[in-house]
Parts: sequence; structure tokens; C-alpha cells
Amino acid sequence: MRDVTSILPLSLETVSFLGAGRKLVDAVSLVVPAGGVTVLLGPNGAGKSLMLRLCHGLLTPSEGRVHWAASATGRAKRHAMVFQKPIMLRRSVQANIDHALAAAGVARAQRRERAQAALQRFGLSERATQPARLLSGGEQQRLAIARAWSLRPELLFLDEPTSQLDPAATRQIEELLTGLVAEGITVLMSTHDLGQAKRLADRVLFLHRGRLIEDSLAEYFFAEPQTIEARAFLAGDLIW
Amino acid sequence: MDFAAIFKAAFALVVGLDPGFLAIVGLSLKVTLTAVLIAGLIGLPLGAALALARFPGRSVVIVCLNALMGLPPVVAGLFVFLLLSRSGPLGPLGLLFTPSAMIAAQVILVLPIVIALTRQTVEDLWSEYRDHLRSVGLQGMRAIPTLLFDGRFALATALLAGFGRASAEVGAVLIVGGNIAGYTRTMTTTITLETSKGDLPLALGLGLVLIALTLAINAVAFGASRIGARYAG
Repeated sequence: MRDVTSILPLSLETVSFLGAGRKLVDAVSLVVPAGGVTVLLGPNGAGKSLMLRLCHGLLTPSEGRVHWAASATGRAKRHAMVFQKPIMLRRSVQANIDHALAAAGVARAQRRERAQAALQRFGLSERATQPARLLSGGEQQRLAIARAWSLRPELLFLDEPTSQLDPAATRQIEELLTGLVAEGITVLMSTHDLGQAKRLADRVLFLHRGRLIEDSLAEYFFAEPQTIEARAFLAGDLIW
Repeated sequence: MDFAAIFKAAFALVVGLDPGFLAIVGLSLKVTLTAVLIAGLIGLPLGAALALARFPGRSVVIVCLNALMGLPPVVAGLFVFLLLSRSGPLGPLGLLFTPSAMIAAQVILVLPIVIALTRQTVEDLWSEYRDHLRSVGLQGMRAIPTLLFDGRFALATALLAGFGRASAEVGAVLIVGGNIAGYTRTMTTTITLETSKGDLPLALGLGLVLIALTLAINAVAFGASRIGARYAG
């Protein structure tokens, strides 16, 4: 029988990551329970991408550990990631999804069905046979999300998913994410777009120089930030 | 003998599909295509593995492979000759002066090209795909099939480059094949022999076929990269 207990909550226990002799992520502890959108906020170089990569397992912590409530490694790990610049394989739109499903060990007979369901869900059915790399930027990111969704993740990581998109495509992606949360998928994403954080976040994790210096509900964070750095960030000042 | 007559006789050979002439072209193609096929079967996975693997001395291996792309065909021929000669380690197989020996020599010529170009292609693709492939659990050598498939247009060009080198060379096949009429005589060895003998129409006819072949290879390579650009963006 397949293990059906949830992989959430995800917990980080004093996770640090060293690079080039510096602590790029510095003793971060946090818990991500099921549900809602958690936004990693902070200036460039704060360690947002690194945090997502550490959680997703693309990087191994130098110190501390990343702990899932149930096995979340191997082929069907039930968490997926979407990157800042969509990574499109040199294949058709549908083949991109099929490839991810095959990598996850889904049997051929089910792959077709699940790929088509994903295309339909994200409005890409008409593009199914087109080369993925010829889609527009917004469509590529939509396909990246569809591809991640087809893996049936409980937790979806997104690394600044709209930073390369125009406002219309950004809005479309944000609507998709809201839909995913309504489906019960937990979202952990990074952004440096304050407006987007305000529109989407249920909870904000504010990172500064690799340290998690504020962890609060979005409404509190935007109304009354507790740290000088967060206040400066919200006011649009440069912080170092 | 004037040039016009030589060209006329050469064209007559090409257009007339002279059986002896066709046999030479056929053997050349058989030897070269088989060599490229074998080099591809070995070189594509090996080149991809070299792109992904990290081990001490990797840079040395890469430099050596790049250098081997310029290996003089006569040296490759000599090497295979020593292996296959009666007193050599593989002498008992009795392969010297057979098409098999010619194929072996050409594999040695083509393999470094295929490995080196595959490594470059796959390394570039990997740096682009790494995050996604690792995210879906395709780490290390498990990523190779994806990378080879997605690099298919560039890799086709690598195989064609290998084909170009093998079909044009004369030194290796001459040494290990022996240029035996009707058995190991290829286009390039025939051109060498007939030119020195003075049978210029045959040499020229074969030369024209070789040029046409080179042209065809380049057209296909160009087409592959164009299709690749259109499909892959």
C-alpha cells in the first residue's frame, strides 16, 4: 500500500547553508503546516531562492536539517518546484508533462490521462502538440505550473514565478495559484514584488542576509512590521 | 589525354552506374556508416556521462579527447595495424586487410569527435536543465536519456561531423585495408592508386561522388540545425 499520510508539516531545524565561506542561510528554523500561501520576502541576496532549494532538496544544508512529516524523497516525493525562468524541455507541451510523470514513475497508461488533465486544467489543451519553447513567457510558466501540478504535490515551491512576466501574465499566474490553494495545495513561494505578496500571502517570512527575522501573518506583517529592516523594505528603502 | 575527355569519361562512370565503380562507392559507404554507427552507440552515452561525471583528472581526459579529434588518420591506421597484425595481440582474429579492420580504424577516428561534441552539447543542456531534472528526481546518470534526446539536433550534427571525417580519410583504411581490388578498395584509396597509375577518369569520377557526398552531409547538417532551431527555439 502506498503511504498516504501527509508529508506536512515541513520543518526546518536551525538550517544553515554555507557558500564561498559565508553563511548564506543562517540558522533558520520554521514550520510550514498544510494550507495557504507562505511568502518568502526580502531583498535580492537575502537567501530566498536558497531557502526554497534547501526545502525542496536541491541543496543539502551545511548545518541543521529539513524534516518532513512523512517520507518526501525518492520518485513520488509529493512536493514540486517551479523556477524563476521556466525550464522547458525541447519537446512538445504535452511531452514536457509526460516526461515529468515518467520521471516520477507513473505508468505509461496513466501518463496520457494525467497529462491531458493537467493541460485542460491550465488551459493549454490547444497547445498540446506545439514545441514548449515556442510558447510565450506567460504560457511557459503556466506549463511549468501544470507540469508540477500533474505530479500531485502537497506542497508547491515557486521561486519568483512572475518576475519575468508582464502584468497581465503575472495576474493570470496569481489567479492560478489562488486556485491551487483552493484545491488544498500548500504554496511556499518567494517574491520581491510587494504587491504580489500583499495579494497572495497568508503568512510572510521576511529574510534578511540569510536570517529569518520576521515570521508573521500577512495582515500583521504589512500593518505592523516588527523589525527595522522589514519597515525599511516595506517603505522601499535600500537595506543592507 | 585532355581534361575535357577526362571529365567526360568520369561522368560516364558516374552516370553509367558502372558495377565496379558502384562496388567501390558501396564499400566506402558501408565501412564509414558502420563506423559512425558504432562510434555513435559508444560515444553518445560516453560523452554524456563525461559531461555529468566529476572525477579527478576529468580535465585531462577532456583535453586528450579534444586532441584526439585531430589524430592523424595514418597514426590511427598504424595503431590498428599493430593490434591486428599476425604477431599483434588481436592477430589470431585474422582481421587485417578486411573491411572489419577498416571499420575498427575509422571508429577510432570518429569516436573522439562524437564524445567531445556530445560532452559539450550535453554539458550546456545540463546547465540549463539541471534544476528541473533534479527536481523531478533525474539525478546523475539517470538524466542521460533526457539530455541525449533533447540534444538530438546538435548530436545529429556531431555524427555528421564524424561521418565527414571518416568518409574523407585515406590513410587509415589504406594501411589496415590494404586496398585490395574488389574487397577493401574504397573511394579514397582508389583515387590515390588510380591517380598514381594515371587512370584519371576513375579517380575523378570517385572524387566527384565524394564532393557530392560532402555537400549532402553539410546540407543535412544545416537542415538539422534549422529544424532544431525552429522546434527548440
